[in-house]
Amino acid sequence: MITAKELTPINKKIICKALKRSLLISLWFVFLTFPIMVIKVNPIERTVSWRWGNIAYVAIGSFVISLLAKAWLVRKERAAAAKTAACPTRASIFHNILQRPGCRYPLAALLLGVALAFPHLFSTYQANIMTTALMYIVLGLGLNIVVGVAGLLDLGYVAFYAIGAYSYALLNLHFHLGFWAALPIGGLLAALFGVLLGFPVLRLRGDYLAIVTLGFGEIIRLILENWNAFSKGPSGISNIPRPGFFGLEMSLDQAMIYMYYLMIGLVLLAIFVVNRLQHSRLGRAWLALREDEIACQAMGIDKTRIKLTAFALGAFWAGLIGVIFAAKTTFVNPASFTFMESAIILAIVVLGGMGSIIGVICGALILILLPEYLRALSEYRMLAFGAILVAMMIFKPEGLIAGVRRTYCFQGRKSTAALQDDE
Amino acid sequence: MDYFIELFLSGLTRGSIYALIALGYTMVYGIIGLINFAHGEIYMIGAFTSFIVATTLSIYGFPLAAIVVVAGVAAAIWSSAYGYTVEQIAYKPLRHAPRLAPLISAIGMSILLQNYVLLAQTSDFLPFPKLIPEFAFMEPVAHVIGSSDLVILITTAMIMLALTLLIKFTRIGKAMRATAQDRTMALLVGINVDRVISATFILGSALAAIGGLLIASHIGQINFAIGFIAGIKAFTAAVLGGIGSIPGAVLGSLVLGLTESFATGYVSSDYEDVFAFSLLVLILIFKPSGLLGKADTKKV
Repeated sequence: MITAKELTPINKKIICKALKRSLLISLWFVFLTFPIMVIKVNPIERTVSWRWGNIAYVAIGSFVISLLAKAWLVRKERAAAAKTAACPTRASIFHNILQRPGCRYPLAALLLGVALAFPHLFSTYQANIMTTALMYIVLGLGLNIVVGVAGLLDLGYVAFYAIGAYSYALLNLHFHLGFWAALPIGGLLAALFGVLLGFPVLRLRGDYLAIVTLGFGEIIRLILENWNAFSKGPSGISNIPRPGFFGLEMSLDQAMIYMYYLMIGLVLLAIFVVNRLQHSRLGRAWLALREDEIACQAMGIDKTRIKLTAFALGAFWAGLIGVIFAAKTTFVNPASFTFMESAIILAIVVLGGMGSIIGVICGALILILLPEYLRALSEYRMLAFGAILVAMMIFKPEGLIAGVRRTYCFQGRKSTAALQDDE
Repeated sequence: MDYFIELFLSGLTRGSIYALIALGYTMVYGIIGLINFAHGEIYMIGAFTSFIVATTLSIYGFPLAAIVVVAGVAAAIWSSAYGYTVEQIAYKPLRHAPRLAPLISAIGMSILLQNYVLLAQTSDFLPFPKLIPEFAFMEPVAHVIGSSDLVILITTAMIMLALTLLIKFTRIGKAMRATAQDRTMALLVGINVDRVISATFILGSALAAIGGLLIASHIGQINFAIGFIAGIKAFTAAVLGGIGSIPGAVLGSLVLGLTESFATGYVSSDYEDVFAFSLLVLILIFKPSGLLGKADTKKV
């Protein structure tokens, strides 16, 4: 921070310049937002209201924000200039703590303890919100396999989630299948669809892949919405039973808490499986695919097989969570599976840090819990959500906790290739 | 036969509107390789601005011709301003970031703009004033083509022509093509790449705004959420034609518009979007670079 003592002429000049720039920016925003913020027409009563007061908010708001952004940029530049000597890919303090086995296990145990005690410390309502967040953690981990590790941009991930949810809802409706039987079926069906989607898109790269997966997600949603005989259309399927526990009768509260523990179990399983996968032969093949498809093929890796397994394994988790979603809300309809949902899951992966498990967990907790607790500002929460996504990408594009790759940093002394893959 | 012609013409109308939006996607993609997810919102803002301006002017009793001109110009100006601002805020700082970062910030921008319009205006559907009158000379063919369809077709054809001339012959058009071919090389021959990118955003946004004005007055109502589905459709059209290629975007849009129109007319309007996306998937399977796109061969 700059104190009064440091206000040398150069600093003064910088500040004057920044103020002038911010003033111009705020003028620009006043112009920009003029028609939409100021004029409000009522086409039926044919009246126009001019809301001049809004100009002041826009002007002050954009002035302050642009000043803050400038200050942040200046600070970052100075920090970068001071740090040129340091090794460029140093892990954060957070990583260092996690790397130390002495810290790692007690920390994990502490977190697990808090997670287990959570429903008893807070209300069922809180536990319910937490359950949702846990579901998104697993969804994020699943998408992380496809996007973060294998580098295949999938914008239609929500389709697999929908397939899981509908497979439980329909199996229950027609064959009275229970939750525990439907859980693996939902997962496997989603995985099957993952392979089905995977086949045609094997040849596609990057953005073409993105738009085809997006189209696939929309197709699944539109079919669910319009094929009334199959899926009961937009009105959806209700009265889906909650998961049972050896035939035990449970009150609503108990069922919610049971659901919470179920999700904790599933999250732990997902973390374990995804972590082992990433370090397996297959996981390394995915990483190779992400980094360079041609080099990866030249190394003798079967591209078709590993792409399909990435799609299938990613979709599997979405299918599982789909079943859980249907059981939790006891109701499914196509409106829950819009593109927005895919975008939020993708945002979790990117915000947390691609390819990093801890990152995905933090991303899910922030993106799901933040809007829940911002309900007081409910009108503005989606606005804030959009703004946060943009701001995060500008100020920290690698995500909150980037997946640290095994790197070799040569500085003329002993090699310091001590950094592990991910967490 | 009349029914076929009617569907064909309404498909062309639909396709030419998609083309106006798809051009913005394809030009931006051609130059910086970014899917500008906020482009659909720019189109929505164009429609909203023209709605606000046109309704205000009609309340104050201006003649129709003046309303159309002022609303069109205002929509183009403000949409371009939004397009420019979005580029400066959300994409420019991310030029060298990982590939997914600008995509996420585009999605964020899209959510932000939608909710901004929702909060500053309303979430209701608003009746859009009828800017295109029923022409008397169109009476004999009114059963196959409406006046607004005709106006849309002629306007978009003229805009396409102007755009082609601009890209082919003007200084900025040449700079755009050079930047799209090779950004580093363009820098080396003295092209101000940042300015070219901004110009692309401004041009694309203005086209989207005209599209917004035309379609809103054609359909007769608008809402803060119209940008999303229009954006996705237009993007589909751009990919269909081969993203990055300007004639491809127009061709893809027309194909998409016709497919949708015939699917609606002969099959069912429920599955209109399913047909659109299935067409996309099919074309990409058999010709992964789109109809007119260059094959994406990579040399090692």
